[in-house]
Amino acid sequence: MTNWFYNLTPNEQFAIFSLLKIVIAVFAVVLPMVAYSVVAERRISAWIQDRIGPNRVGPFGLLQPAADGLKFILKEDFTPAYARKAYFWLAPAVAMVPALLTLAVIPFGSKLGSQQAVIADLNVGILFTLGIVSLSVYGIVLAGYASNSKYPFLGSIRSSAQMISYEIAMGMSVIPVFMLVGDLNLSAVIEYQKNGMWLILKQPIAFVIFLVAAFAETNRLPFDMPEAESELVGGYHTEYSSMKFALFFLGEYAAMIAVSAMMVVLFLGGWTLPFAGLNETATSLGMGLLQVGIFIGKLLLFMGLFIWVRWMLPRFRYDQLMDIGWKRFVPLALANIVVTAIYLYLTHGK
Amino acid sequence: MAIKVQRVKLSLWERLFIPTLWNGFKVTLGHFLSFKKSKVYAEKNKDNKFKATLSYPEELWTVPPGFRGAPYLVSDQDAATKCVSCQLCEFVCPPKAIRITPPGEDGEAAHREGAEKMPKEFEIDMLRCIFCGYCEEVCPEEAIYLAKDYYEGYDDEKMRRDYALTGSNREEMIFNKDKLLERGGTHHDRIKKWEKKTADAKAQETFPVGENPKAE
Repeated sequence: MTNWFYNLTPNEQFAIFSLLKIVIAVFAVVLPMVAYSVVAERRISAWIQDRIGPNRVGPFGLLQPAADGLKFILKEDFTPAYARKAYFWLAPAVAMVPALLTLAVIPFGSKLGSQQAVIADLNVGILFTLGIVSLSVYGIVLAGYASNSKYPFLGSIRSSAQMISYEIAMGMSVIPVFMLVGDLNLSAVIEYQKNGMWLILKQPIAFVIFLVAAFAETNRLPFDMPEAESELVGGYHTEYSSMKFALFFLGEYAAMIAVSAMMVVLFLGGWTLPFAGLNETATSLGMGLLQVGIFIGKLLLFMGLFIWVRWMLPRFRYDQLMDIGWKRFVPLALANIVVTAIYLYLTHGK
Repeated sequence: MAIKVQRVKLSLWERLFIPTLWNGFKVTLGHFLSFKKSKVYAEKNKDNKFKATLSYPEELWTVPPGFRGAPYLVSDQDAATKCVSCQLCEFVCPPKAIRITPPGEDGEAAHREGAEKMPKEFEIDMLRCIFCGYCEEVCPEEAIYLAKDYYEGYDDEKMRRDYALTGSNREEMIFNKDKLLERGGTHHDRIKKWEKKTADAKAQETFPVGENPKAE
């Protein structure tokens, strides 16, 4: 049975393992997480607002994603007559795909058996991530343009300005991290944090900027300008229904998971914990799975933060949003780069 | 006239959003940790600690006094139908939801001695009913009531507080006399008008009340 597998060339084995990792990571881990973060959002928001939340479908409402999915599929998939059809159909996919692509370079564990627990161990991991993240704005812009209607249009204009502005702050905030690490590979970033000195302690300013920019990039409150239910009806997805709307909705949560994973890797030491030997590369499968569990645990912490902040802060005014982005965070990130450079020059230079 | 709003001058510390974040977190955490379930409506949210949601079929809503539920016929304490088929409610009903079939000349005699007649059939189309309460208001016999929980003799176990009428088809939503009487329950009649009238009539021997004149 296994003979044919060992007879394959290393390249073919690599391809099979990569495919396996993609299928498991996307369909067994990320998509259920997306589904359940929607439930978590609904339950947590209900508790914060003194409500009970969805608790009827299955025990504690745990089958709610199935009911939601079924509902979305059964809804009429309506395309307005005045919409630009091709783009209208393309936009939801473009919104969903970048979020999933980002996860390809995230090291979610050390080793599972003989395989590295990362789908693609790129040596320019962070550049890839930032590049893909900036693609996600196209989904929203396309949706706004294709809907050919004023609310989606306003939403998409706002979002393109917002996301482009915060991308700059986001990109600049991680530069000091890589100045310290000296490598663009995300596995190397985790390697650097193995001793427990997580980069959140060394680069708190970078972390704060990255966190805020992450909120803006994923269109979460207090930066949910593109949606802004109270002002823009539904923003860019006003004209969407059925599974196309669901794709936008799930894409938002997938993007949240993606940036949470990035923050865990960059600032919280990825799959490591600084005790009980959990910061070393796993030697057994159980240990490897435990480290994946640690990674997911840290990720859920950030997801909780994303959900909690939504009910904590009101939406920023548009000019205030731009003000913070350009006049506060960009200069702060630049200053952080300069300070880090001077520090590195004084300690490691000469 | 333009009003000039005085902006509060914020200190640097306040402008860092940190106090705002902390206050927001305190408020949301307080509400998040209030796990108490909702009591019924009247007691709910007295100290802002109860969930606002009512888990409906398990927790029932307390109907406030004056609530206008579904109109039902009531019986008196002797289980006699109070309605005398005068058809005032049918006449006054704005959406024409009530239809009364009178007993006719040789129909069944009224349950109560002295009462002239009672309806052969009494139908209320609950889909047409607008729960205005005119029928209750106009009824000279206090025989029809919008279901609510405060009249004398109300039994919490047996009586229904119908603010949620359901049915799977239109026919099911037309309530006939038996159904209306069953759901209406007993209304304790303190006045007993017909007993007094019969007694008076008998004392004066003016008219053989309660006996069918044709039988003589």
